[in-house]
Amino acid sequence: MMNYFPDEVLEHVFDSIASHKDRNSVSLVCKSWYRIERYSRRRVFIGNCYSISPERLIARFPGLKSLTLKGKPHFADFNLVPYDWGGFVYPWIKALAESGIGLEELRLKRMVVSDESLELLSKSFANFKSLVLVSCEGFSADGLAAVAANCRFLRELDLQENEVDDHRGHWLSCFPESCTSLVSLNFACLKGEVNLGALERLVSRSPNLKSLRLNRLVPLDTLQKLLMRAPQLVDLGIGSYVHDPSSEASNKLKHAIQRCKSIVSLSGFLEVAPRCMSAIYPICGNLTTLNLSYAPGLHGNKLTKLIQHCRKLQRLWILDRIGDKGLGVVASTCKELQELRVFPSDPFGAGNDAVTEEGLVLVSAGCPKLNSLLYFCQQMTNAALITVARNCPNFIRFRLCILDPVKPDPVTNQPLDEGFGAIVQSCKRLKRLSLSGLLTDQVFLYIGMYAEQLEMLSIAFAADSDKGMLYVLNGCKKLRKLEIRDCPFGNSALLEDVGKYETMRSLWMSSCEVTLGGCKTVAEKMPSLNVEIINESDQTEFNLDEGQKVDKMYLYRTLVGHRKDAPESVWIL
Amino acid sequence: MAKQGLGFEITELRLGLPGGGGGTEKNEKKRVFLEISEEGENEKSNGNGKSQVVGWPPVCSYRKKNSLGDKDGSKTSKFYVKVGMDGAPFLRKIDLALHKGYSDLATALEKLFGEALRDADRCEFVPIYEDKDGDWMLAGDVPWEMFIDSCKRLRIMKRADVKGFGVLQPGEAFKGALKE
Repeated sequence: MMNYFPDEVLEHVFDSIASHKDRNSVSLVCKSWYRIERYSRRRVFIGNCYSISPERLIARFPGLKSLTLKGKPHFADFNLVPYDWGGFVYPWIKALAESGIGLEELRLKRMVVSDESLELLSKSFANFKSLVLVSCEGFSADGLAAVAANCRFLRELDLQENEVDDHRGHWLSCFPESCTSLVSLNFACLKGEVNLGALERLVSRSPNLKSLRLNRLVPLDTLQKLLMRAPQLVDLGIGSYVHDPSSEASNKLKHAIQRCKSIVSLSGFLEVAPRCMSAIYPICGNLTTLNLSYAPGLHGNKLTKLIQHCRKLQRLWILDRIGDKGLGVVASTCKELQELRVFPSDPFGAGNDAVTEEGLVLVSAGCPKLNSLLYFCQQMTNAALITVARNCPNFIRFRLCILDPVKPDPVTNQPLDEGFGAIVQSCKRLKRLSLSGLLTDQVFLYIGMYAEQLEMLSIAFAADSDKGMLYVLNGCKKLRKLEIRDCPFGNSALLEDVGKYETMRSLWMSSCEVTLGGCKTVAEKMPSLNVEIINESDQTEFNLDEGQKVDKMYLYRTLVGHRKDAPESVWIL
Repeated sequence: MAKQGLGFEITELRLGLPGGGGGTEKNEKKRVFLEISEEGENEKSNGNGKSQVVGWPPVCSYRKKNSLGDKDGSKTSKFYVKVGMDGAPFLRKIDLALHKGYSDLATALEKLFGEALRDADRCEFVPIYEDKDGDWMLAGDVPWEMFIDSCKRLRIMKRADVKGFGVLQPGEAFKGALKE
């Protein structure tokens, strides 16, 4: 019946479907829907850049405007993946440039981005508007200069947590006078100086600027001038925040901050003198997002006083220096809190500054809307987790990291199976889970039984046998990403159901019990998977003994077979 | 499986580390973890004798480099005050925000003024500071945070000179740290 509608009508209907998942489903209905959908698709998300090739992407979606690409596996963040493993964006940009696609937006995560790529990008797409780089590397300020100079309609340049070689600070001066379209500028991760005059002029001629995140080398008086020129800001990242509260400079800053009545998101304080935080109080009441996780200088009373002003907070990223007491203040103040991340300020230390299960229980009791958690702590108890599960049944993301990864419940000396079991049983919408602490196979039984919506699971130093992994693979029907390190899972778990891996994006196993023979079997049975063995030891030859345990294995589904850009340390079976 | 003082403990055969309540499983995991620590690439013992395992805790490298102020020596907050010492020709500056407490500060002051402290006669030194009101106070009485909040400058005086200076009652904690 739907075939009687002209294509334009269907296109119009499809336009209102934003979610990638839904659009993917739409394209599977019938041939004509597939055809209409693919021509009208503007935004594509590729979670693993090696699962498809740029050529096939372009062939299917000629109207593409926005592309999101992710490269290295998650554990690359923790130095478990060699630096030259892969994830190069250049071939994508080259193919897109040659195809005539009108790319407007590029979002990259954990990819290698060369200056050459950025230059090519800046010159190839006349309407390019938005570049977002998260945890990327390989570029310098020269690449940024090319983007600034050539992308005439640039709206967004957002650099998050990238390793950038930026010894030459001229890039900001490369924005031409005619560039007045900036909406978002984030260079907080850059270490070098920028031309302050150029920055002031740029902000002055950007009336649509809503988001501005500065790096540490922007001094206070510049901050004050920028705020005076951009009172319409919604998101502010302060670099350096050191001043004498009794000084004239401080008063001017206070006045400038107070004019910014639209700021709802605040971050940075990369350099901070705690005494000066009172200048911020006037805008705290509007804040919905606060990221102080890069400000170890803020702690104790100064920190809690600040938080007490933030009654509307929905997202809080903080260091564990806040302590359990500080979390108590969060619990009693931030009733709208949805997301909490507590990072370790001293991961290898004696734990003077740290949080425990007490802080988490307090927050769970005070913040019923909590649905996303990342919590690095000294210890955790089953009782606390059970309480948290009862208080907050709405968790979508629950990531717990006990600094000693095999630590049992310190009160009962038991594993934390029951605690995590309570979480998965109570939180029916749980999509992402990270475990730590002493854990047996039992917790995986619970996960397999109850975590029906689980899409991503991270396991380290857990389980007693293959049963643990099997419970998860058999039970979690929606599992997409599984990453495991230092667990006693071997070939019988790996090989039980190799077809399962085709339903997932990827599987990572390092320092487990799987052997080369086991990995080879997976590769033989499943040609639609790339099975990569990563070997970083000094041996130039791989030990070909099938019984040899594999140090790191990364397998992922792909439509385009073996990649051609793997380094020596990576062997694709 | 509670092992409450029934008097059996002495004769009971148990596997595992002493003091541990659990059975072999827990100790296996611990042994594995410790083994990895010893074999780990980032073999580095910190003051606690705990070795570091590669990639644990799972903090991304960018964050590690940028949010851990003290250990890296990178200054993420600044609170410089002048420090003078009787007999030392120059004043120094010290970042109070870098230190966690009085003993930490004492160590730093010793490093700064080590020579002068050693050269002087065997007399005690007393650390004093000028607070927001302009009063000279003995360091060590108030909680550390209150101290760094109100301290405008520091001075290390010889104990003998203190009497004539109008300083208040001596406290124990900090004084001990600077004793030569």
